[in-house]
Amino acid sequence: MTERPDRIWRSALLLAVVAVIGTATLSGVHELTAERIAEQERRVVLEQLEQVLPAARYDNALLTDRITVTDTAYFPGGQTVTVYRARRAGEPVALILRHRAVNGYNGDIRLLTGVDVDGRITGVRVTGHGETPGLGDGIEVGKSDWILGFTGRALGDPPEDRWAVRRDGGAFDQLTGATITPRAVVGAVHAALRYVERNRARLFTRPAETGAESSTR
Amino acid sequence: MSSVSYRKIFRDGVWQQNTGLVVLLGLCPLLAVTGTVVNAIGLGLATTLTLVFSNLAVSLSRGLLRPEIRIPAYVLIIASVVTVIQLLMQAWLHDLYRVLGIFIPLIVTNCAIIGRAEAFASRHAPLPAAVDGLATGLGFCIALIALGALREILGHGTLFSQAHLMFGELGRVLQLTLVPEYRGFLLAILPPGAFIGLGLLVAARQWLDSRKPRPRPAAAPAEAQREAAA
Repeated sequence: MTERPDRIWRSALLLAVVAVIGTATLSGVHELTAERIAEQERRVVLEQLEQVLPAARYDNALLTDRITVTDTAYFPGGQTVTVYRARRAGEPVALILRHRAVNGYNGDIRLLTGVDVDGRITGVRVTGHGETPGLGDGIEVGKSDWILGFTGRALGDPPEDRWAVRRDGGAFDQLTGATITPRAVVGAVHAALRYVERNRARLFTRPAETGAESSTR
Repeated sequence: MSSVSYRKIFRDGVWQQNTGLVVLLGLCPLLAVTGTVVNAIGLGLATTLTLVFSNLAVSLSRGLLRPEIRIPAYVLIIASVVTVIQLLMQAWLHDLYRVLGIFIPLIVTNCAIIGRAEAFASRHAPLPAAVDGLATGLGFCIALIALGALREILGHGTLFSQAHLMFGELGRVLQLTLVPEYRGFLLAILPPGAFIGLGLLVAARQWLDSRKPRPRPAAAPAEAQREAAA
């Protein structure tokens, strides 16, 4: 109450000076690192994509030849799916979808699914999840080979009614002690395949979108 | 502000007032990332760097800042330091950064850092302040690494797995499989294992301390600091 106004102003000024110094330092460091960070992020995405579709199979710039789609019937939970389009000499080779399984045990399971022009899966990988360590995390490629079981599958292989885990009468193994997690992944991959089947031509011809990628997880 | 004993700074930071095991500050990251030793080292180093530079900056500004804006100014300083470290990690240790994720920016909220700024750096010259940051960080690192090692050995039967995230391809030779064909011990990996492990470490430290017969003139400072931070 007895504080003199000029004293308050001086304090405010001092605080502002601290903020300005902090901001200046940050923008300096940002300038120095921005390019390298962007490059690292591109490397991470390319490494992920390489796992579901070997780079030798296409010759276009996959990172820029991409679109985003939404379709609640196939990709529930309000997700925006990024679709990368692999081509060779201009001819369509495969699509890679960055989508999610929303009915896992704990939160979304982030997936990358590659489907070639014949509708066969070139590979599926989990890029992020919150499933139980030691049980549901067998969907990670480092923990078990389970996720590799999708490679080469297609609609009709196994037959439509067997696109499920074994406990539900399907063709895919569950994991020891975990059924919910694999069930969610199988469901999401199946939905992605059906979506691609219905929309393939359109997905390849739509003009590519520019701008930064929303998420690499 | 008489002469400071660097010996005492280190003894306090590493043992007598160890952030993780005695003062019990910064438990959220301590418990969350100690699933493996490599994660523990990563967060420990980032926290130590933050402590050194925030203590240094706070000490340099100690004559200028008035008491009423001291705390907001410290928060600004610490947030800037942490964000710089975050950007540098994103650029040069990108894979480790992706593993540690949100816990790097959350270093800002580690009360141990503002605690040291307030309790030590604001009253000492830059060099002792930086040394105090180093000692406190070292103590935090030791707690993190001990808990990380305990949980990784019990939970996975390995040590230094994923060391390549930090040391590049060279790190792969560091990976040790202590128990081949180990089935894993889920409790150690899950959050309860972190709490139990921390409890055991705190008890072990107390036990080691009590075995030393050297009479100590009251361990009150640790209590006082905890009160102040609460």
